[in-house]
Amino acid sequence: MNLPIRTAIAIAAVVAIVAGCATSPSSQDLDREAQAAMKASFRDQGIAKVDRLNQDLGQAACSSDKPPSDAVAERIMAEARASVEWPAGGQYFGDWREGEKLAQSGRGMTWTDPSAATSANGGNCYNCHQISKAEISYGTIGPSLYNYGKLRGVSDLAAPSSQAVVEYTWMKIYNGKTVNACSNMPRFGHVGLLDPQQMSHLMSLLLDPKSPVNSQ
Amino acid sequence: MKTFVVGMAAVLGATGLAQAQGKSAAEGIAEYRKMLEDGNPADLFEAKGEALWKTRRGPKNATLEQCDLGKGPGVVKGAFVELPRYFADTKKVQDLETRLVTCMEALQGFDGAEIAKTPFGRGEQVALTALATWIAAESRGLRFNLPQGHAAEKKSYEIGKRVFFYRGGPYDFSCASCHGEEGKRIRLQDLPMLTKNPGDGVGFAAWPAYRVSNGEMWSMQLRLNDCFRQQRMPYPIFGSEATIALGSFMGVNAKGAESIAPAIKR
Repeated sequence: MNLPIRTAIAIAAVVAIVAGCATSPSSQDLDREAQAAMKASFRDQGIAKVDRLNQDLGQAACSSDKPPSDAVAERIMAEARASVEWPAGGQYFGDWREGEKLAQSGRGMTWTDPSAATSANGGNCYNCHQISKAEISYGTIGPSLYNYGKLRGVSDLAAPSSQAVVEYTWMKIYNGKTVNACSNMPRFGHVGLLDPQQMSHLMSLLLDPKSPVNSQ
Repeated sequence: MKTFVVGMAAVLGATGLAQAQGKSAAEGIAEYRKMLEDGNPADLFEAKGEALWKTRRGPKNATLEQCDLGKGPGVVKGAFVELPRYFADTKKVQDLETRLVTCMEALQGFDGAEIAKTPFGRGEQVALTALATWIAAESRGLRFNLPQGHAAEKKSYEIGKRVFFYRGGPYDFSCASCHGEEGKRIRLQDLPMLTKNPGDGVGFAAWPAYRVSNGEMWSMQLRLNDCFRQQRMPYPIFGSEATIALGSFMGVNAKGAESIAPAIKR
């Protein structure tokens, strides 16, 4: 059989491409293999069970070096907005001193923590944010929250003009994916890391004009 | 121990002084590390590791001197900066610790699965950490250059990248939550960006390291284990594919970075 030389080259090229596919897996193959590797690489320890690896829409869509499409990001934010439960009786505020204690505490939800109850959890706030001026040991993964209320013009918590920022702040603490689909911030209310009373203390820390965040 | 306590007091004084002189906290911490370098307790683990390498042990009463860490049987110098890599005999990509377990099993007759199940700081895990410390020290000053020629090595890097960005758990964290951006901190702790070469002796190029805060020698497997704990993830199995793939990802990204391991950390 005498194949024309060009046909022979074309066949050789096809064989090379097929062989290439066999040795270098596609991106989707690698995604599947990485999922399988994650599932096979962890075990339960204390309160940290392997079901923590099961991803919801937002976790899965925000698990790469590229952001999700606008459509997916919109869906994540819409679902997050629908998740927000507003405080019973409009009880948005508590005690900023309790809020400062929660902000300082980095405790909670690791396999060395004995309980996953909200009472065992801190807010982890200073790990990532500047908050009060006195605390110089603060992280920088999130924006500075120093003067949070003051910068937003909150001089009276009960004033109608404060309502929008109060609601926004509650929503952000409850589920930060409401405003940024791939926010680094844990969903304190949605996931049940903090209860409404604990969140009200953090609200006071950030917004109360008497809190050192705003008064100093 | 007395020298160490005196040293700590001097260091704490120096940190206070650094603050008084208006240096940044990071500069104060760097100064503190510099002062500790003369007396890094990792030296003790290094000496112990070297002795363990040359001592007849295990059911087969053999040394590890014929262990192939990737550069041929018995070659230690330069091995650390090329791991994880693919090994034809196990048909797996292995990091330093899992490769050592293979050698302890094959040459000395230890039960590898049993070692993998042993908690850090107990039994043969103590030997493993000392061995890893010495082997790393034998490559001090060399630059990372992980091989990526084998298909399994390329795949390990790609899986490691996906593991690095995998978000999950009650906090929605991934490795990238803390190590995906330049110049970030948790409290006062600087966080290296690990999606690229973070520089000489930073990140992957610093571990194993002696941790002053808890007085322990930490291997890379233990470093990753505690990262996952703080991510609020479940417990990573010792030597599991995800942990080795992360080593491939960080090690390849660190290409050209000088190894200072075993380092000393706060």
